[in-house]
Amino acid sequence: MVLPKCNACGRFHFFPRVVCPHCYATSFTSHEVSGKGEIHTTTVVRRPPDRGGDYNVCIVELEERVRMMSRIEGVAPPDVEIGMAVIAYAGEIDGTPAVLCRPEGG
Amino acid sequence: MENKLRGKSAIVGTGHAGFGEAPGLTAYDIMAEAGLAALADAQLKLSDVDGLFCTMMEDSMPALMAAEYLGIRPRFVEGTMTGGSSFVNYITAATMALAAGLCDVVLIVYGSNQRSGSGKLVTASRPPPYEQIYRPRYPISAYALAAARHMHEFGTTREQLADVAVAARAWAQHNPEAFERGDLTREDVLAARMVSDPLTVRDCCLVTDGGGAIVMVRSERARDFPKPPVYVLGCAAESTHRQISQMPDFTVTAARESGARAFAAAGVSPSDIDVVELYDAFTINTVLFLEDLGFCEKGEGGAFVEGGRIAPGGGLPVNTNGGGLSCVHPGMYGIFTVIEATRQIRGDAPGLQIANVDLALAHGNGGTLSSQVTAILGSENTL
Repeated sequence: MVLPKCNACGRFHFFPRVVCPHCYATSFTSHEVSGKGEIHTTTVVRRPPDRGGDYNVCIVELEERVRMMSRIEGVAPPDVEIGMAVIAYAGEIDGTPAVLCRPEGG
Repeated sequence: MENKLRGKSAIVGTGHAGFGEAPGLTAYDIMAEAGLAALADAQLKLSDVDGLFCTMMEDSMPALMAAEYLGIRPRFVEGTMTGGSSFVNYITAATMALAAGLCDVVLIVYGSNQRSGSGKLVTASRPPPYEQIYRPRYPISAYALAAARHMHEFGTTREQLADVAVAARAWAQHNPEAFERGDLTREDVLAARMVSDPLTVRDCCLVTDGGGAIVMVRSERARDFPKPPVYVLGCAAESTHRQISQMPDFTVTAARESGARAFAAAGVSPSDIDVVELYDAFTINTVLFLEDLGFCEKGEGGAFVEGGRIAPGGGLPVNTNGGGLSCVHPGMYGIFTVIEATRQIRGDAPGLQIANVDLALAHGNGGTLSSQVTAILGSENTL
């Protein structure tokens, strides 16, 4: 997974854009990142079992101090907790690229 | 708003229409009925309106649609879309336009038929591009994410959130205009269907039809109308994000800044405010805004709302009409905070009237805790 890093202030941001939201510079380099992060906040979206059942929606904060919406895989939705250590990775949902998370060490 | 605009404009009419269910009416029908009611309240005619401030959920050019529908040719049109805060936000530009002589009679107006039209939130906006794929339920999941973080950081409880809904219902039970007036207990809220943890369906605002409108003029002619004028003492805005994932701090809204600037412009502080009207799309909103506007410290909002503190007979009257949780919520509630604040100051509130209200706060929220706008309104005594 790569994230844009500002060549002027050195900070990362997400989502990608043409101007740094921290210092307003316009020059970036793409950096490979580990995906290490933690669950910043989380919710269980309730859905009837016959329509697929409950699922997780979370905000993950990566160690590069950027946050994004995501979904944690491999943990039952009610068991997802704020502060949980996770690895974010490039996956897909219904064939569309998406950032997903799994528990660190899981 | 700069101090030099303090008291320069006044609200001289309010109106509403289509509360609850208004089958057979379009959103623009309800908008027009609300506008006509506000003009009648001020004993003005549509032909007097030369400043139109309007946005609706269904179109990209709603202000033009509204002007066409009403058959008017406004010389000042404003339709900035900041979600449910839009109508509080218009107060600043309306005051500027009036003070500059760009128009003489402002109509701020809104209508929606979302309940009888579709039964759910209507929106013309595109899904947030970096969020939609995860299928959060909008807008509730966004507020659930904020509520979960608030609970994590400060120990706020579901019971405390439930007390916000219970207080709103208690106010609504005295308001014949309110849509939901049945009994509601903390246990009812906790046992209600969970939609997006930690928020149940009873932590959510209503889905109703409804429209609202206010009429504003320059203060020097505000006494020429039948109702006591309500003066704009301060109005300020700040926005932080559009997509909830981009909110800088999930427990702090831009109401901290909008509130501080509105209070500074008005020259008053939270302890001076007699009634507080907050955009309570979800129970967490009330907690966040009471903190961020300075009625209590950050993190103490949960304890603050416990035990009927903001209910009838409590220490601070909050959402005295029943709010979006129990009175009316047609999609963008902001206009109704201004209408209720105005009526409380005038002394003609539809439900419980608080005695001797001189200062009221109306706070609008837009997007997903994205846009915050605070207005401080006052009686003649506060000029």
